[in-house]
Amino acid sequence: MASVTFDNATRLYPGSTKPAVDSIDLEIADGEFLVLVGPSGCGKSTTLRMLAGLEEVNDGRIMIGDRDVTDMPPKDRDIAMVFQNYALYPHMTVAENMGFALKIAGVAKEERAKRVEEAAKLLDLEPYLGRKPKALSGGQRQRVAMGRAIVRQPQVFLMDEPLSNLDAKLRVQTRTQIASLQRRLGVTTVYVTHDQTEALTMGDRIAVLKDGILQQVGTPRDLYANPANVFVAGFIGSPAMNLMSLQMSDQGVHFGQHLTTIERERLAKAKEGVIVGVRPEDVSVSEQGDGLPVEVDLVEELGADGYLYGHADVEGKRVDIVARVDGRNHATAGDTVYITPDPEHLHVFDKESGTRL
Amino acid sequence: MRGRAYDGRMRSDMRITSSVMDATLLDLPWDLPLDEWGEDDVVQLPKGISRHLVRFARLNGRVVAIKETTEEMASREYSMLRTLQRLDVPCVEPLAVIAGRSDADGEPLNAALVTRHLRFSLPYRALYSSSMQPSTAQRLVDALAGLLVRLHLVGFYWGDVSLSNTLFRRDAGAFAAYLVDAETGTLERDGLSDGRREDDLEVARVNIAGELLDLAAGERLDPSIDPVAVAGSIVEQYRSLWHELTTEQVIPASERWRIRDRIERLNLLGFDIEELSISTGDGGTTVRIQPKVVDPGHHHRRLQSLTGIDAQENQARRLLNDLDEYVAVQHDQRPNVGDEALANEWFEQVFAPIVESVPLELRGKLEGPEVFHHVLEHRWYLSEQRQCEVPLVEAAASYIETQLAYLRDEAALLNVPTTMTMPIVTQQDLQDDDDGVDWRDKV
Repeated sequence: MASVTFDNATRLYPGSTKPAVDSIDLEIADGEFLVLVGPSGCGKSTTLRMLAGLEEVNDGRIMIGDRDVTDMPPKDRDIAMVFQNYALYPHMTVAENMGFALKIAGVAKEERAKRVEEAAKLLDLEPYLGRKPKALSGGQRQRVAMGRAIVRQPQVFLMDEPLSNLDAKLRVQTRTQIASLQRRLGVTTVYVTHDQTEALTMGDRIAVLKDGILQQVGTPRDLYANPANVFVAGFIGSPAMNLMSLQMSDQGVHFGQHLTTIERERLAKAKEGVIVGVRPEDVSVSEQGDGLPVEVDLVEELGADGYLYGHADVEGKRVDIVARVDGRNHATAGDTVYITPDPEHLHVFDKESGTRL
Repeated sequence: MRGRAYDGRMRSDMRITSSVMDATLLDLPWDLPLDEWGEDDVVQLPKGISRHLVRFARLNGRVVAIKETTEEMASREYSMLRTLQRLDVPCVEPLAVIAGRSDADGEPLNAALVTRHLRFSLPYRALYSSSMQPSTAQRLVDALAGLLVRLHLVGFYWGDVSLSNTLFRRDAGAFAAYLVDAETGTLERDGLSDGRREDDLEVARVNIAGELLDLAAGERLDPSIDPVAVAGSIVEQYRSLWHELTTEQVIPASERWRIRDRIERLNLLGFDIEELSISTGDGGTTVRIQPKVVDPGHHHRRLQSLTGIDAQENQARRLLNDLDEYVAVQHDQRPNVGDEALANEWFEQVFAPIVESVPLELRGKLEGPEVFHHVLEHRWYLSEQRQCEVPLVEAAASYIETQLAYLRDEAALLNVPTTMTMPIVTQQDLQDDDDGVDWRDKV
């Protein structure tokens, strides 16, 4: 096991003027589960492939433990791409399916048996070691494939959207299995996804990328509670944070007629105005009052809770609003409600740079 | 095109993406999951080990392969295969993506990718009768190395190189390899990084070893074969071919004939050079040469331009030997007749009569150029036996009668057990698996 360090690592594709991955600095601790997340084209897969040795690093370097692997061929890096190939061989036993890569690598028989047994214990596959894959369920077959990577005892596991082919139900099941298995194994893992829910539920820490630039790295709670900029604020969390550009006064911002105070020091840092963000659970909804008037479009009932989807006119622009409401007692489509934010959980960003104030 | 209700099998929301509209596609039971298709629709053909369910069906007299997967992956693979075809890479022909499927109750079904089955192509598991022989295993690995080099030259990173993801066609004693599964691949227009090429090679080495070890576990591999060593040979084979095709060579300016030498070596390997970079260095005393664009199929193209015959590279090489010999002999006797005319004469008087002498019922056994290659070989053996030159027509008759008639039909090989469908397991099966052998002895 080992730490992973991206030191100013850059990938510039030939013929392109803008790097696909731009000077990334990132330290991943030994045994940590780090999720790289971002929209399509943000550079997350390129970052993973740079670590795997599949993409050239044009500037900077990448370390695994204290080894500089920047120019090392993939097979010498001691990493394993999981789920890259999970076809099982029908005539080989589960044990053979898990251990054959060790045979190729010249690992002695006793050592092979030991590692296979250890992996099988972790994966609850011990009773099946002497059987052929046909005797396994779909989930067990997937675990055998995972066992193939585990027995190699790599320093780092890499996973690139491993759940993208699964249906919604299996995706939820498998992501829990992967996360708990990673914690039991304690192997440093870098996991790529475009799905922020997957990132929040699986990672010890999350690195958010956009346009090849690392936006923020932190625990799921950090990113949710203290997003570093407007992009992270809008990307992390589902339903997404309500974000709107509001005029400032000396004391704060107005939601309709309602003044929400913001410390002077924070306001002083804003040049052209502020963008404020409120998570749906931090929105108070009233049938009357001085808050921002919102016309209700739809209420999605989820049992105890519900989400109210509506729109408001903010300085002449239509802004979509989402608020969490009581599942049994809420407004209905066509109503007008008045919203105010919980001042304790108001996020304020500089309008020009998008950074948190 | 947008789908329409048809025969109760095609639902109104079904979408078909296809470059060639084949209305008979609509006759297939798209409202059933692929694993429930009946004997009337499905053809049993051998195939490799696959992650997805793949089955074969008959469509308009041809065989198609159908793979169930997500719509996104099916569409991606469809367009990738189309691109690879445009780049002249040997691969299966994508026919259609069927999306928006649902069953009779309106429950959604997976999308399907439909590809045309390559005639006379065989998966590696069909290339032996009782067990795979060392020479076959080696030739398969060599063919796969050649395919991998061609893919890498156009910038294609495969990601899952294996014998299972390849189909093989006989090629005058060797094999020509075709890519079947492009699901994990990506195309890099600016060329592949060394890291990606190395990764493909490592994946190939591990997968081939796994596939051969699996054959060994099923007692389908000649015991003299070392699966790990044979799998490892792809690395060497690939590297030497890649080196010959791409490496910069520095030669003394006085030895410029070596440029010609390099080109001939590449021709021998079956490649033409379309662009060569030549520059002088060291004050004009050395010349640097590097192939920029190489185009496989040197012999194939030459044979096709002379005779119109569409053959694999090695078949073409073999046929050209015979053709060149014919032209040389005739040229001595009739110096005023041009090479093209003589090539045409060879086609009409030598090649065509041999291929046409194969009875209709035997024409599904092997392709015409492959038959001709075997007839040439057969003539050589007969001549050696009799210590005199045996006429080709006689050799052909003997070959057809004594050998071709006993080969299995390879145009669309039927009734070879598939390796992929995993049957429902009974308690008896489980007991059979637990044959008293400790798994530790097998790992």
